Amino acid sequence: MRPILLQGHERALTQVKFSKEGDLIFSVSKDHLVCAWYSANGERFGAYKGHQGALWTVDVDPSTTLLATGAADSTMRLWEVRTGKLLKTWDYPTAVKRVEFSEDGKQLLALTEKRTGHLSNIYVYDINPDPEASQTEEPSLRITVDELPRVTVAGISCLSKYIVTGHEDGSISQWDAKTGELIHTAFSHDENQLVSDLQWSADRTYFITSSKDKTAKLHDTSSLEVLKTYVADTPLNSAAITPEPTQYVILGGGQAAMDVTTTSARQGKFEARFYHKVFEEEIGRVRGHFGPLNYVAVSPTGHCYCSGGEDGYVRVHHFDPPYFDFKFEVEREREQGLRF
Amino acid sequence: MAPSFEQLDPEDDYDGEEEIDFSDLREQYEVRMEEGLDTFIVIDGLPKVTPSQKDKLVKFLLRKLTSVGRTKEENVFMPMNEAGEESEGFAFVEYESPAQAAAAVKALHGTALDKRHTIAVNKLTDIERYGREGRIEETYNPPQIAAFEEKEHLRWWLGDAEGRDQFVMYRGDNVGVFWNESAGAPEQVVDRMHWTESFVQWSPKGTYLTSMHTQGVQLWGGPNWSRHKRFMHPGVNLVDFSPDERFITTWSHRPMEVEEGNPVLSLEEDGKNYIIWDVATAKPIRSFVTLDLPGPTQDEEGNPIKKKIQWPAFKWSSDAKYVARMTQGQGISVYELPRMNLMDKQSIKIEGVMDFEWCPAPPQRDNIREYEQLLCYWTPEMGSNPAKVGLMSIPTKNIVRTRNLFNVSDAKLHWQSESAFVCVKVDRHSKSKKTTGTNLEIFRVREKGVPVEVVDNIPNTVINFAWEPKGDRFILITAGEVTQGVAVPPKTSVSFYCPEKVKGNAVGNFKLIRTVDKKNNNAIHWSPAGRFVVVATVLNQQSFDLDFWDFDFEGERDEKDKDLTANLQLMGTADHYGVTDIDWDPSGRFVATSASVWKHRMENGYHLYNFSGTLLREEPIEAFKQWSWRPRPERLLSKEEMKNVRKNLREYSRQFEEIDQAKKSSANKAVVEERRRQLEEWLAWRERTQADLLEERRELGLPDLSEEREALVVDEAEGEKVVEEMFEEILEEHEEVVE
Repeated sequence: MRPILLQGHERALTQVKFSKEGDLIFSVSKDHLVCAWYSANGERFGAYKGHQGALWTVDVDPSTTLLATGAADSTMRLWEVRTGKLLKTWDYPTAVKRVEFSEDGKQLLALTEKRTGHLSNIYVYDINPDPEASQTEEPSLRITVDELPRVTVAGISCLSKYIVTGHEDGSISQWDAKTGELIHTAFSHDENQLVSDLQWSADRTYFITSSKDKTAKLHDTSSLEVLKTYVADTPLNSAAITPEPTQYVILGGGQAAMDVTTTSARQGKFEARFYHKVFEEEIGRVRGHFGPLNYVAVSPTGHCYCSGGEDGYVRVHHFDPPYFDFKFEVEREREQGLRF
Repeated sequence: MAPSFEQLDPEDDYDGEEEIDFSDLREQYEVRMEEGLDTFIVIDGLPKVTPSQKDKLVKFLLRKLTSVGRTKEENVFMPMNEAGEESEGFAFVEYESPAQAAAAVKALHGTALDKRHTIAVNKLTDIERYGREGRIEETYNPPQIAAFEEKEHLRWWLGDAEGRDQFVMYRGDNVGVFWNESAGAPEQVVDRMHWTESFVQWSPKGTYLTSMHTQGVQLWGGPNWSRHKRFMHPGVNLVDFSPDERFITTWSHRPMEVEEGNPVLSLEEDGKNYIIWDVATAKPIRSFVTLDLPGPTQDEEGNPIKKKIQWPAFKWSSDAKYVARMTQGQGISVYELPRMNLMDKQSIKIEGVMDFEWCPAPPQRDNIREYEQLLCYWTPEMGSNPAKVGLMSIPTKNIVRTRNLFNVSDAKLHWQSESAFVCVKVDRHSKSKKTTGTNLEIFRVREKGVPVEVVDNIPNTVINFAWEPKGDRFILITAGEVTQGVAVPPKTSVSFYCPEKVKGNAVGNFKLIRTVDKKNNNAIHWSPAGRFVVVATVLNQQSFDLDFWDFDFEGERDEKDKDLTANLQLMGTADHYGVTDIDWDPSGRFVATSASVWKHRMENGYHLYNFSGTLLREEPIEAFKQWSWRPRPERLLSKEEMKNVRKNLREYSRQFEEIDQAKKSSANKAVVEERRRQLEEWLAWRERTQADLLEERRELGLPDLSEEREALVVDEAEGEKVVEEMFEEILEEHEEVVE
């Protein structure tokens, strides 16, 4: 199907997220703007204005009442989705690179950047899901990351048991989400190739990381064991897992933004790549962007996905029936075996 | 604490010198007599002279001696016999430095003073070392011959049951050799990190893989890829084999610096750029310096001009009996192997010679029975003399054929692979010195009297020309004029030629089959077996197409082509972004095209096509540098046997197809098996983690699904979700101007 082009941002997209019902898309960009769109037709639902710097990150709670955003103006803000009202602002010494709600929506994680004189910090706040209620100023947990390399991405696992972080040296770490203790570090990606994204499976029991080493890897949340590896031919910025029953992962990337002007669109490999999650084989590519893909997100319903590019566009693709019908022979064989 | 200077009592003078044992220091600082004598040389074989003649002789000698170093009259000591009447016939000379003494030995040893006296110049230390009694044994002891050591089979790869070919790939820091598979990924034979420092090269028959290092060149081979030979040449840049792999030429841009005592190289090699080696013994045979091309060495502003080197400068005859090098403008030096002596002790003088080429195969001239090799060369117009192309027979140096040419601005020599023809591509200019076109002068070497056929009326400049290997057809590419200030190179045209059909065995006149215009192509790569050819655009930023042509298409023939010995057909075209190199496998079944990081950094990797242009495989590889098929030695089958193979081709291909089929199905089976295993494993893992998660949730008293997954569940009672969409449509637009 023809993609829907969401034209509303003037600068590079940094993150795009679906609401948990899959009906809304939230997009943030370096142009200080947060936008919300209907995923079905691409109509703009609204914008959340107030940030004074480039936005890095966005997340929405499971009931689609609260929206959290993090920006280069060193603040994390909480908004009411429906009205666009700013509910709360948290100030930090450095930019906020990642925000994420826990799966029950009762906790909110913020990751701040390591900058001269300041270390990376991970804050976890207890959130009151009622938009009328006042939110806490003090984090329930604060981890100062001083011994490990710079943290680039972070997330909260199923049951809010662990916090998982990705680092600039290609390693992945697991922390106890109650005590903030470092449990385990895995050196999954090539040395000194930064981890660019970390996205959860639907039940948050496994996750995918993408890296500049041109691979994406599927990890077990509790053991950090690498389950699968997907090899691409370009540095990756993002990777997403399609919800079951489809068994795919979508990878996005392209040559670094600073090198893009020197190469043609063909060169930059600005395509979303689909891989089979289990067989690790590439299935297809979707072209369209004329800059690297900075983020790919799949709707929790599994009916569509969207990608945010360095070119300032969000492209929403609704899957056609063949996408759902495509099966490897062994998969089909198994299904038939189960039926009889 | 040791007493400091101030604390020493001046009265208390140390006077115990006698008691101290200095022997260790004395030993350490003793002047080694032999080392001190390094500046001395001994001259033998001088005429015996009377004291009155002595001064004259010394002055005469000094003139020679000072040409290589600095010495003075009082440093030449010529002893007289006991009676003092006559000199002993030798002299000692002291130079300023050991280096000068060494240079004198090198330069003056064996110099003739007059008809009767030839001097022998040696270092004094050498005389001490070897000349003393007992230093060299009086009786001859035969050298020890090492026990025979069995070497690995160097042609093992030809015994592959499936007749596959090998190729080498150099990417990143790794060099790997692979078997080419007609379907599926290549099978790795060996892969080594830092196997070479600059590039790898196969020997012409594929026996050895050559690796390049700062210290020299190494040859590898056999099933274990062990090192077979090592050729020490510091700073080596390029290497070239003789066609029979018995000799190897190494070249370094910088002249070698050889110090005395080097185990392989002698002072003979000092200051040289080229070494020609015997591969079997790994010993140098002869070394040479680079000959600079004539012309100014500095430009107008005094900057040194970088001169292109001719490579290979030493060109081998097809049987490796001779190797020749040209001194541009003067002549050709032909050396005879294996001794590397100059043939007939002198170079062949050819005034003005610009280029030469050996015939690539033993020539078969009409009515010539004796052994010969042919050299083709050309000279430009000089004064009122016309330009000339000549064919010379070696070793007789007889000129077989010459042809005079006029208004020549450049010429290129192209031999056909069986030496049946040599085509001289002549760039002509008009009287006003503006290049106007190209002529082909084709020498029919095998016919009586070597007739020359001229193909002219080629309007533009020919930028590339190639004969069909083992055939009589050729392709040329012409380019239009370069437009000044435009970055895009001019469009090119590709022209295909073949001989006309004539009765009998003769080869008819060359006729144009077809010209394809408005192309960008610049490269011609014939299949080594002939018939098929890839015409491509390489090293171009905008276009990178590959055209696969067949000269003997088996389909319908055009009416106008019925008199031609070819039926040209474009079989396929392909596109390989950024292609830099094209290489046919030795059997002519596959073509590898590659984009090397040496030329650009975009989409490095390779494509593999079959002969008709069907893409079989493509692989992008980071830092891909080089692809090279392993050459095969000449076929051992007789003509009859080859004919037999051709006759029973159908039977053979049936067998091969069966093997292919079996291989394919077993490979497919393996893939399916692997996928089945992966799927089972994955589903089992999922089941386990899901069960664990559910159990944990229930223990914590949480609902089965998390809030975020709950959001997805559509309430049954609610039924289908109704999505309302509002559309605004503009039906009409009015613009009214209000006064």
